[in-house]
Amino acid sequence: MSTAPRLTALDALHRSLGATMTDFAGWDMPLRYGSERDEHNAVRTKAGLFDLSHMGEITVTGPQAVELLDYALVGNISTVGNGRARYTMICQEDGGILDDLIVYRLGETEYMVVANASNAQVVLDALTERAAGFDAEVRDDRDAYALIAVQGPESPGILKQLTDADLDGLKYYAGLPGTVAGVPALIARTGYTGEDGFELFLKPEHAEGVWKALTEAGAPVGLIPCGLSCRDTLRLEAGMPLYGHELTTALTPFDAGLGRVVKFEKTTNGGRFVGREALEKAAERAETAPPRRLVGLVAEGRRVPRAGMSVVANGEVVGEITSGAPSPTLGKPIAMAYVDAAVAEPGTEGVGVDVRGTHEPYTVVALPFYKRRK
Amino acid sequence: MSNPQQLRYSKEHEWLSAVEDGVATVGITEHAANALGDIVYVQLPEVGDTVTAGESCGELESTKSVSELYAPVNGEVVEANQDVVDDPALVNTAPFEGGWLFKVRITEEPADLLSADEYTAFTAG
Repeated sequence: MSTAPRLTALDALHRSLGATMTDFAGWDMPLRYGSERDEHNAVRTKAGLFDLSHMGEITVTGPQAVELLDYALVGNISTVGNGRARYTMICQEDGGILDDLIVYRLGETEYMVVANASNAQVVLDALTERAAGFDAEVRDDRDAYALIAVQGPESPGILKQLTDADLDGLKYYAGLPGTVAGVPALIARTGYTGEDGFELFLKPEHAEGVWKALTEAGAPVGLIPCGLSCRDTLRLEAGMPLYGHELTTALTPFDAGLGRVVKFEKTTNGGRFVGREALEKAAERAETAPPRRLVGLVAEGRRVPRAGMSVVANGEVVGEITSGAPSPTLGKPIAMAYVDAAVAEPGTEGVGVDVRGTHEPYTVVALPFYKRRK
Repeated sequence: MSNPQQLRYSKEHEWLSAVEDGVATVGITEHAANALGDIVYVQLPEVGDTVTAGESCGELESTKSVSELYAPVNGEVVEANQDVVDDPALVNTAPFEGGWLFKVRITEEPADLLSADEYTAFTAG
């Protein structure tokens, strides 16, 4: 494996903006440009601009594209209409989560699967292997796209200045091909921030022009460039799982409280899909003997819980933090954690987190921590 | 960013003010504050604590990470800045001024503290 980090098409621009860069899944990505708290708040109240070109795009085409996806993924992709998108997962035979994905239906028999950067190769390999016997082609399109996201309440107004596409008609989890700042783009109303917003898939050579056009259109209403640091606090407040933290191969979707993404009722391929038997057992186990549950924790103090720290109650370890950060919106540290059922009810007090030897007090809350007003 | 000439610096990115009646003020540099990002929690040594040059005497926590606070000199803590405990963002906005961390009565100074120019060269490298 090469050790040189991969650079996005916007790399020079990030550097000219003075970004602090970080290695993320082998990519050199902007962590923040200025204050991550300001960036976070801009997305909550105005708008933020993100380079997400590290995400992994995989195109699936052919007469049996949908049959392949129904077999390879846990979702019912047959029910995704043209121009719509679906949040789903890809699992191992044993039900363990390989990745969480968004699948966009771009045409009658054309789909784009967007995987996490850290898992893109694994997902590509799994889809390619699972495609055997299907009349469908799996294509690595990771280098074919740059991905720019504009997120926040001002994002529709900003994007409208640069496109004739019918944004009002574009629902959440829908995508349509259009033109942005004079260049072709797939415009999707998706995001990972808990706010309204758009993700724009476009050719890498067009990325810089679109970024600059969005900056120009958005700056008057408060749009600023945003790095991965605030993306993490935004998704955490919105209660959205992150692969490698809340989701791993050691957990099934049911263990992660996301059993709803598994669709046993799908009928393509005679109902067969990878992981089905194991997931049926996991679903039953979740009913009869619930494993640890994913909950939210809100700190009473100021110390920040981090992934891997123990959750304790009455002197016993009752769980583990999967993600933690200071929440700009709540003004307190928050965390997601898997905890024993006995302490999983919202409102449970007296739960502690072992922060380097001291037990900081926390209250259990229902997820998400933050929900936007519609 | 510029590092004030009247201060001296450690390679762990603390600054030390001019010594007055044996007491000097300690903080972290702007370079360090920028590298950490938004600081959200500060744990300082307590008044009366003995600190040792190069050893951890507190903690600075930012959105993404936790860093040790190192003492630049040997001595006894005579004051801790409650303002930064209440508002850790002060360390980001005014690292050389209102964001100072503690005052120490110096018993021994290491020989390798840097001048402003030396520290600037150190962080540029």
